[in-house]
Amino acid sequence: MSRQSFSGLSLLWRGLSHHTGWQKQWRKPEPRARYDAIIVGGGGHGLGAAYYLAKEHGLTSIAVLEKGWIGGGNTGRNTTIIRSNYLFSESAALYDHSVKLWENLSQALNYNVMFSPRGVMMLAHTVHDVQVFKRHVHANRCSGVDNEWLEPAQAKEFCPPLNIEANIRYPVLGAALQRRGGTARHDAVAWGYARAADALGVDIIENCEVTGIRRDTSGAVEGVETSRGVIHSRKVGVSAAGHTSVIMAMAGVHLPLESYPLQALVSEPIKRIFPCVVMSNTIHAYISQSDKGELVIGAGTDAYTSYTQRGALHINTHTLDAICELFPNFRRLRMMRNWGGIVDVTPDRSPIIAKTPVPGLYVNCGWGTGGFKATPGSAHVFAWTIARDEPHPINAPFTIERFRDGYLIDEAAAAAVAH
Amino acid sequence: MLLIVCPYCGKRPEIEFTYGGQAHLARPTQPSQLDDQAWAEFLYMRSNTKGVYAERWRHARGCGLFFNALRDTTSDHFLAFYKTGEPRPATPATPADPATHATSATHATSATHATSATERKT
Repeated sequence: MSRQSFSGLSLLWRGLSHHTGWQKQWRKPEPRARYDAIIVGGGGHGLGAAYYLAKEHGLTSIAVLEKGWIGGGNTGRNTTIIRSNYLFSESAALYDHSVKLWENLSQALNYNVMFSPRGVMMLAHTVHDVQVFKRHVHANRCSGVDNEWLEPAQAKEFCPPLNIEANIRYPVLGAALQRRGGTARHDAVAWGYARAADALGVDIIENCEVTGIRRDTSGAVEGVETSRGVIHSRKVGVSAAGHTSVIMAMAGVHLPLESYPLQALVSEPIKRIFPCVVMSNTIHAYISQSDKGELVIGAGTDAYTSYTQRGALHINTHTLDAICELFPNFRRLRMMRNWGGIVDVTPDRSPIIAKTPVPGLYVNCGWGTGGFKATPGSAHVFAWTIARDEPHPINAPFTIERFRDGYLIDEAAAAAVAH
Repeated sequence: MLLIVCPYCGKRPEIEFTYGGQAHLARPTQPSQLDDQAWAEFLYMRSNTKGVYAERWRHARGCGLFFNALRDTTSDHFLAFYKTGEPRPATPATPADPATHATSATHATSATHATSATERKT
């Protein structure tokens, strides 16, 4: 079956025939007994890794195993913010690699992921914030990443709904703006990677929960046990977000991860009012407007570790307090939905994309509260790591051993709540 | 919001408490004797249990004291609260089903564990 290509012309053509004749976008294959590589986790990171393994490393026999349905975990639960203005050069390189891939992702996948570089503005509310963000701006310029400092009046000009009065509880003292940052459509990222990977022969197997990892007498990986039978492979890449600890424990690998609920919520849809993304780490709020018109609002993590995909209402209330003060004309909006996802957090708030002590077992985890923005870049370097059994230069610093050796990439101090 | 039973003050809402992470982690008595791996284990490795988890809470906006709790991380259902220094209680049998938790938690647990009570605000 040849793959339909999406274009304006194909849309017009199918429209003339009442939109009949669109193909299914990926197959629903039965798992085979053996693959060259298995990816555990069908979110954006896992599907992307399968796509790049097939596209750039020539692997033809790849399976993505997903416990639920693809994109049903954190890929479909985040607030879709994309930026790369991280403090340390290792992080800036990783996230900027991702932003560069975002910029051409729709063309590469022939799928509109609705990447919208509308600008991400991070608000400073205290003298400490001002100093930290200016340090970020200078560090980013040294790393070749765009980031600029705005005075309050300039921030107001960039985002007119913003309240910059001096008499509010957390006045806006300035902002750091990354103009290349923005948002994308999260579901489309999962679907686009799934469709493109499927076209290259990747088997996407949903409702297939991994229940064990099989190892041979030398200790190397030889396959996985799943709810749909045993599947053999000498290479297994784990990209399981909040459940990474659970999966890796099946191979006896212990990682410095803790899983927390992270919540988000959306308002009723309204006309276009909000032109950019605004984040405030200090008062735990980030907000943008989706193309449907809903205001998409993210909160901080709940206090405690959990696997429940839900959190407490007071976390959202706290965030809405901040939103209502910063944007007083949103006070009368009603919130429509809120939900939680489980994020795996490392002690230094930087990810782990690395080989593990078990030969043939690779892990991409620890994205904490900010994994969506990294989806293409993370998937790209993870595929490289799996295919070549060595890290790409960009993910080489993001090892498990850094915690033992003291080479932390400590983004926690500046970005403990919102990435 | 969780309802947490401070062993000193009784049942209070979660916002009075701060979370203290995994319980029963003893600081090594001779840190200088540890190699890097062992020190990293103490500093960074946590069990991140999916299931019954022993954790610390501090009644920061109340009595200020630390204590321990057993909570099922698949349902956020507390199974026991106990004072720092006391041994971890034996894990009770099957925790409440998360799906029925919101309605059944209060009476189901109070019957079997006098100190156990949590429910989620609806």
